[in-house]
Formats: sequence, C-alpha cells, structure tokens
Amino acid sequence: MRTIRNSLVLALGITMTALGATACNGGGGDQQTPAAAAPNEHVDLTLATFTEFGYEALIPEYERLHPNIKITHRKTGQGGPYHQELTTKLAAGSGLADVTALEEGHLSDFLDKGSKFNDLSKIGPADASPDRWLGWKYDAAKTKDGKVIGYGTDIGPLAMCYRKDMFKNAGLPDDPEAVKPLFATWDSYFQAGADYSKKTGKAWFDSAAQNFNAMVNQLPEGYINTDDKLAVETNQGIKDAWTKVTDAVAKGESAKLTAFSPEWNTGFKQGAFATKVCPSWMLGVIKEQAGPENANKWAVTAAFPGGGGNWGGSYLTVPTQSKHPKEAAELAAWLTAPEQQIKAFQAKGNFPSQVKALTDPALLSQTDAYFGGAKIGELFAEQAKKVQKPQYKGPGDGQIQENASSPALQAVEQGKSAADGWNQMVESAKKITR
Amino acid sequence: MTVIDKVAPEGSKAGERVSPRPTFRHRLSRWDVKVSPYLYVAPFFIVFGIVGLFPLLYTAYVSLFKWKAGGDDPDFIGLDNYKDLFADSQFWNALVNTISIFLLSSVPQLIIAVMLAALLGARLRGATGWRVGILLPYAASLVSIGIIFANLFGSKYGLINGVLQTLGLDPIDWQANRFASHVAIAIMVNWRWTGYNALIVLAAMQAIPKELHEAALIDGAGLWRRFFNVTLPLLKPTLIFVTITSTIGGLQIFTEPKLFDAMPGSNNGGSTNQFQTVTLYLYQMAFENSSLGYASAIAWVLFLVIVLIALVNFFLTGRLARTPAVKKK
Repeated sequence: MRTIRNSLVLALGITMTALGATACNGGGGDQQTPAAAAPNEHVDLTLATFTEFGYEALIPEYERLHPNIKITHRKTGQGGPYHQELTTKLAAGSGLADVTALEEGHLSDFLDKGSKFNDLSKIGPADASPDRWLGWKYDAAKTKDGKVIGYGTDIGPLAMCYRKDMFKNAGLPDDPEAVKPLFATWDSYFQAGADYSKKTGKAWFDSAAQNFNAMVNQLPEGYINTDDKLAVETNQGIKDAWTKVTDAVAKGESAKLTAFSPEWNTGFKQGAFATKVCPSWMLGVIKEQAGPENANKWAVTAAFPGGGGNWGGSYLTVPTQSKHPKEAAELAAWLTAPEQQIKAFQAKGNFPSQVKALTDPALLSQTDAYFGGAKIGELFAEQAKKVQKPQYKGPGDGQIQENASSPALQAVEQGKSAADGWNQMVESAKKITR
Repeated sequence: MTVIDKVAPEGSKAGERVSPRPTFRHRLSRWDVKVSPYLYVAPFFIVFGIVGLFPLLYTAYVSLFKWKAGGDDPDFIGLDNYKDLFADSQFWNALVNTISIFLLSSVPQLIIAVMLAALLGARLRGATGWRVGILLPYAASLVSIGIIFANLFGSKYGLINGVLQTLGLDPIDWQANRFASHVAIAIMVNWRWTGYNALIVLAAMQAIPKELHEAALIDGAGLWRRFFNVTLPLLKPTLIFVTITSTIGGLQIFTEPKLFDAMPGSNNGGSTNQFQTVTLYLYQMAFENSSLGYASAIAWVLFLVIVLIALVNFFLTGRLARTPAVKKK
C-alpha cells in the first residue's frame, strides 16, 4: 500500500490540477528521538515565515553565536497562500522548512495533524519551559494527546480603539479612562452604539464579522466542541453572540465594511465608524489606513467587552520532515526567548508572549504618539494578562469563521434577515465539516 | 474485372530491371519520409501526454475517491462524488453564475472586437499606435486590474457609484446584487480581452484579398453589404477560433471574481456565493476544504461543460458566418 500511495503522491505532484495527497510521509516520518548532530558539524537550517516576524537582524546574530549553523530564511508575503502551501507540503511529505511558522487562526487544522510535528516539550532545550510563556499561549499549541507542536511567538491581546473627536461630538466621554464603562460588556458596548447611531446617524463599528469573531473567541469552546463535533446550533454562546451582533446591525451600528477590503481602508480615512476592536497589531493598520491627517483622533483604552481576548499571533514548529530537529528546536526556542521577542517587538511591533518580556521596561515604556501618546506597551501587557485560557478550536474552525459566519454576517449587512443569515451560517458550517 | 485491370502489368516488363533488394540508403530515405514527421511532432505529444492528458485521466481517477488532502487512505466511492455534485445546489449556483458571466462577457466582447477590427483596418493616421494601444489592457497585470476594478466598483466609496450619485442616481451595491456583480466582472473581462481578440480578427481581415471587395464594389455592394457578405464569411475560421478560445477562458474564469470579492483571499464569491464561479468553487473545495476527490469531480464536469458549449459555439459561429446561398431569381 505504501508504494502505491507513494506513486500516487508522485503523480499528484505532476498533475498540478489535483494538488495535495494522502497522509504519506515521504521518508522517516515516525522518528521520535532524533539524534543531534556532532557539536561542530556544519548544519544548514531553513526557516519559513509569512508577513513580518521581525527576524531580519536576529538571524545573523544567531549565526554569529553558532558558527556551525547556516540559516536560510524563506519569507512569504501573505498568510493565506502560505498555509495552503504548508498543507500541501505536509501531505506530500517533503519541502517544509526545519522551522516552520504557523498562525494561530490556522493552528487547529495542524493540531489535527500533530503526528507530523516534533514534540517540542521532548526535543527542545531545557530552558524553553512552559512557564516562560503566558499559560494560554503555551497550552493552545498542545495536541489532544499532550504534544507541544509549537513555541509561541507574538500574541494579539485585544483592547478597544475609538475616535475621540467623534465621541466628543456625540456628547460621549472621550478620555481613555472615562470611556472604559462603555466597553465593560458587550451589552453596554452595543447599547452605547445604539444611542450613538440614533443620535448621529453614523456607524458605531466597522463590520459585524469583526465583532462576532472577537465574541466567539471569548467562549470556552468555539464552532467545534471538544468531541470534534459541529456545535454551531448547540452552543448557546454562539447563538447569543449572533443575536447581539445582528440586532446591532439592525439598529444601524455597522458601517458594513468588510475587513481588509479597499472600502474598509477608505472607511478609516473617512471616519466611517467610531469604534474598532483592536488587537495590538491593529494599531499599525489604523495608522497606515487613517493616515497622518487623523493623528490624535484615534485613541486606545485598556478595556474590552467581556474581559479580554486574543486575536492573532503565531507559533514556530519543527515538522518531522526536518533532518535536524534538535538544532531546529534550539533555533525556535532562541527566537521565541524573551530577549529576542523584545527585539522583534522593537523591529516590527509584534507583541511578546513571554511572561518575562511583558514586564520588560523596553516594552512597558513603549508609547505611541499617533494614539495621543498612549502607553501601548503597558496597556496591551495588561490586556494580555486578562486572557484566561485558550479556546478549544477543533479542525475546520478557521474555515467556518472565514466561509460560514463571516459571509453570513455580510449577507445580513447586505439586507438578508438575521434568521435567514443564521440558517445560511449553519448550512455552510455543516457542509464544511461534512 | 475491367479492361484496364488486365492492361496493368504483373511486374516483369521486358527490358526493365527491377532491383531485387533496395539498398540501405534507399531504405533509410524511405523511412526518413515515413517516420521522421512523427518524430518531429512527437515531443509535443509526449509533453502533452505528461502535463495534459495524464492529469486529465488522473483527475478522473481521483474523482472516484473520497480523498482528503493530508488525511488517511482515500476511500473508493465510485461515482458518489458525481451524485453529490448533481444534488449540490452550490454547484448549480456556481454553474449559472459562470454561464451568466460568460455570456455577459463573450458576446459583447466578440461583437465589439469585430467592429474594432473593422475600424482599425480603415485608413488611420498612426495605425500601429492604435493597434498597439488596444492591446495594452491585455499586457497589464491581472491582479492589479482586479484591485483597480474592485475599487471602481466599491459599494460605498467606489468611483462608479460616486459618478452615479453625482448624476442623481441611486448607487448600486455591486457586491450584494447578483446581476450587478456579474456585470462588473464581465466588464473587467471585456476590458482586458476585447483588444486581444480584435487584433486576431484584424489580422484575418487583412488577409482577405482586396480584389474580392473591389469586385463586390463594382457589383454595387455598399459598405454593410460588403461587410456581411464578403468580410464575415471569410473571417469564419478566425471567428470560430476566437469564439472557442474565449469559451474556454470564459468558463474557467477565476481571478476576476476572486479579486472582486471584498473579503481578501476569499473563494466564496460574495456573501451568498452570488458570483462564485465553478473554478472558484473547485479551488475552494480542493484547497480550503481539502476535498480532492470532490474537486476532481467538479473539474471533470466543468471540462465536459466546456466541450459541450464549445461545440454549440462551433455550430452557431458556423451558421452565423455561412456564405449565403446566391438567390436565383
């Protein structure tokens, strides 16, 4: 059977139409206890990342510290195609980098294929112990049988961003401390939005799907329950979040702008909405899209409806395809160590996930002039600690969010009734998990 | 049987010496004539066999399995994928979208291409400049075109809605409205391909001998008469070629609807799949859903649909440009 499947894999490689293949691990995929290379043996390692990880200066530094190691950094632009390629290479059994980055939103699909990644708690260096990381960040990369497939890099703690000038014009408080009660719970948030929209005729938030995602992410279980069964219809939390968001849409609170679309970008410039759920990395997006002409109009506050939450962040994994898993795990541990996370934060603003980094003066002293000089380092460190535990995400979770709930909410914003939208979401989710 | 048969000699004519065995050189040159042409065309067919025919057949094979990328052993399920597909409303929706976008793009595109070619064939100052000009959209990057058009057709801040509102008209939600989204995508396709097709038609038009037009002119045929009775019939083979290539391209349409979707990277084709084409659905099934078997079944059904529509077009184009029988009084 193995040879048959191998030839199928080869054939698929040629076809280019039918891409990907069976669970066939090209070579010794079952090796559990890899042998380390001799101390001075020359080792070539590859590192694959997408978008910005801030590793440009760190790689030469690591090579200086380890003269026998040569690192090739493969950098990709967009996350979506990167993860599709990752799936294909994982299936084909070859082609993955020794250290392969994985995004949090795609993590569930790869936890499902945990056998194809090394258990970092076994092969990693001793100092990369669990207590280095925020508990929920570390635990999220554990498979059901307790393997740790990835070291956490950055995180995306959630806070709330808002337009000071628009708040002021609507007679709302605009000081970052004074607005906190508005953002205490989702009910208070949507109520404030209803009042705001009624008074001004303008939108309160950018898109229903953005808020819904944040709300669903706060639940203990997501679209898939711990038995890996679809729970969209049975999970009351999801239904409640749906009702709250679609009610808000009906009250005119949504600017109906699909996130990251050209229209959404223009929306920032035009001041199309007054508030925005803000993972730490969103500050950069706002700055870029709203532009210098809106400097000091946007503000951020250390409050988020329903406590806290996380949106985004990545992991570094070592696939079993790697020929030098031990060295690869050492590199991954080093790159995610507190000192290096701080450097990556200073380079590209990726928010650290290591406990020690979160109390580092370099992080805590970080301010942002665009947001009225807010102490964003301290603010997001505080928000990061509010996250309790990771949500259980089963296989297909990310796909349901992208292809079931977000389009259904978009359809509601385009005029579909909330009930029809709900049915559309349930049907699409069923189809995805079929 | 007949007289002629009997006249034919049986082989040995007096005085003519037939060599008993052809020389090696002789045989070599005969083989050369017989075999070489096949060798010369063989590379194409070998390459086609590897990258064209084999994937086609292999896709048919894969379509008989429940085959998850990266999953366990694929299960053989026979024609179940096809059964599911024919009961899948999303597939039919995608097929209707594809055909709708195809008709909205190909029909106006070819008509305009022929008219443009006729105009470009006329005496123009700087003819080459004009001819190169209409090819420019084709040379532009498809991705940047997609992004620019998605901006033009934005529902809130799009340029086209801005113009409509300035004129006192209602803005159109190009994303949400199914027909409007098809029109927008078709405009994107036409903008890119019309000039390309026009140049092919122009080349064929210029190959029509002047004498035919002169003769028709002497017979008293006007401009339109000459166009319909001389130019069009002689363009027939080219029109068939252009129609079939645009059928194939039009039914496989992928990039334009993908980039038109406001949600970046989405393969949904809008919030309710209102502009999801068959290829987008295929892509979604194969790469987002990892259902390789099902995606292969879609690929095969799409292939058959393309063949079918190409054949229909072949006959339609043939009828359209048929030389009209000379009416006898």
